[in-house]
Amino acid sequence: MLIKQPNDIKSSEITPEPIYRQRREFVQAAIALGLLPAAIGRTQEPRQVATEDSPARKPPFPENGKLADVAPWPGSLDVKPSAFEDVTGYNNFYEFGTGKTDPARNAHTLVTRPWTVTVDGEAEHTGTFDFDDLIRPHPLEERIYRLRCVEAWSAVVPWVGFPLGDLLQRFKPTSRAKYVQFFTLNDPEQMPGVRYRVLQWPYREGLTIAEAMHPLTLLVVGLYGQVLPNQNGAPLRLVVPWKYGFKSIKSIVGIRFTETRPATSWNMAIAGEYGFYSNVNPNVDHPRWSQATERPLGGGLFSSRVPTLMFNGYAEEVAHLYTGLDLVANY
Amino acid sequence: MTRRSLTLLKAFVALACSIPFLILVARIAGFGSLGANPIQEVLHTLGKTGLNLLLLTLTITPLRRLTGLNWLVALRRTLGLSVFGYILLHAVTYVVLDQSLNWSLLLADITQRPYITIGVAALLLLIPLAVTSTNAMQRRLGTRWIKLHRCVYIIAILGVIHFFWQVKVTTPEPLIYSFILIVLLGFRVRDWLVRQRRSAALSRP
Repeated sequence: MLIKQPNDIKSSEITPEPIYRQRREFVQAAIALGLLPAAIGRTQEPRQVATEDSPARKPPFPENGKLADVAPWPGSLDVKPSAFEDVTGYNNFYEFGTGKTDPARNAHTLVTRPWTVTVDGEAEHTGTFDFDDLIRPHPLEERIYRLRCVEAWSAVVPWVGFPLGDLLQRFKPTSRAKYVQFFTLNDPEQMPGVRYRVLQWPYREGLTIAEAMHPLTLLVVGLYGQVLPNQNGAPLRLVVPWKYGFKSIKSIVGIRFTETRPATSWNMAIAGEYGFYSNVNPNVDHPRWSQATERPLGGGLFSSRVPTLMFNGYAEEVAHLYTGLDLVANY
Repeated sequence: MTRRSLTLLKAFVALACSIPFLILVARIAGFGSLGANPIQEVLHTLGKTGLNLLLLTLTITPLRRLTGLNWLVALRRTLGLSVFGYILLHAVTYVVLDQSLNWSLLLADITQRPYITIGVAALLLLIPLAVTSTNAMQRRLGTRWIKLHRCVYIIAILGVIHFFWQVKVTTPEPLIYSFILIVLLGFRVRDWLVRQRRSAALSRP
């Protein structure tokens, strides 16, 4: 069901674009006239994140191309990854259209530099941080993970990134931080899909703090040894391999530590079909289709479906997070 | 319109209806790609073409009324039979390629997944319509033929719901299909109301 939600801000309250665009001229004119101190004229620099051993100025993270200094991860699947063309040519990213090939076709309009991430909520270090400052201190790893879409197709992807927990620690979450919420960029100029209310924008996702700090939860900046292509969620995305793909939010611009369970986009759209947890579970079907099997991408016309594994094959590592939890009720 | 030009027109429509199929065959043969999920691509292409042609079939009567071009009705059989062809291939693709002839899985899918149940129902309803599409059958069944072929309205409703129920969340496409179907069925409802009023007026003393 498409349910229209009223906007929080009345259109009459929004500054018309031409006037908004004049703000810099206005400030500069005020400086020239001596009405404002000159220091205000400079754009505010994004804050630096506190780090113990911030390495001396590394070159900035490349915007595209091959990634250097990527260490293999010992836990990687011993499986041949899906074809690069399939992973980058067939996926969901509704901000660029609802078709599977729409993101690859439309995401070239996404501008990934400069990129900032705003961190707020229950943490000691909050603020707006520059992408390079966020990434720089973390050694990159290549991890080959299974990816299972809620639509019952799957892939094997060599992601490049580092554990999300390593980054979150730097913000020093308080004891009230029970959950982490994430937001995707919401810009109709760059993302044609957000002009339609298919979902409520910005796209948002969430994890419990234990899920977010789990060593398998990855913050991703690349795949197949390259910088993340736009359609796969550049420049920064989440990968939670034991959950359905839509939990692995793309093009992140916001991270919020919360005390209560945060709203998540698919759950807001159809609560009865997409739960907060959305762990891959072959025994709990989607109300309209079976989750018992999946179709690996690139299998060809005569390939068979394969059985879906509990927690997408990561039960050994993550099942303890859900002891005592009814996985049917908490789908 | 002469008999000869009508025959030509029918042949042209039949050819036009088979073009999506021919393109699909060419893609399967390697001219062009089927993408990362070829089985789903074949399945969806066949299903959607069938649904498109079904809605096109339902535009014939309103179009004929609006334009007065009575020969349009002669194209309905060609269109209807191609709908049957595409939906049959769609079902065969589902059974053979998607489900790999796994009968227990298939049975579970058909009985437990409402969108598949109604898809199967729509296909089963299409069979008697295809079988009775000949002139001889039309003559033999008389007025019962018209009643039987009204099943097409149910088939169209089932078809659009079948499409609607498998998208993850409401997207523009199934909404557009629903809107077109409502307009086409609305035309029939209006027609039916007009007939009711007329017969009521006639039966008055």
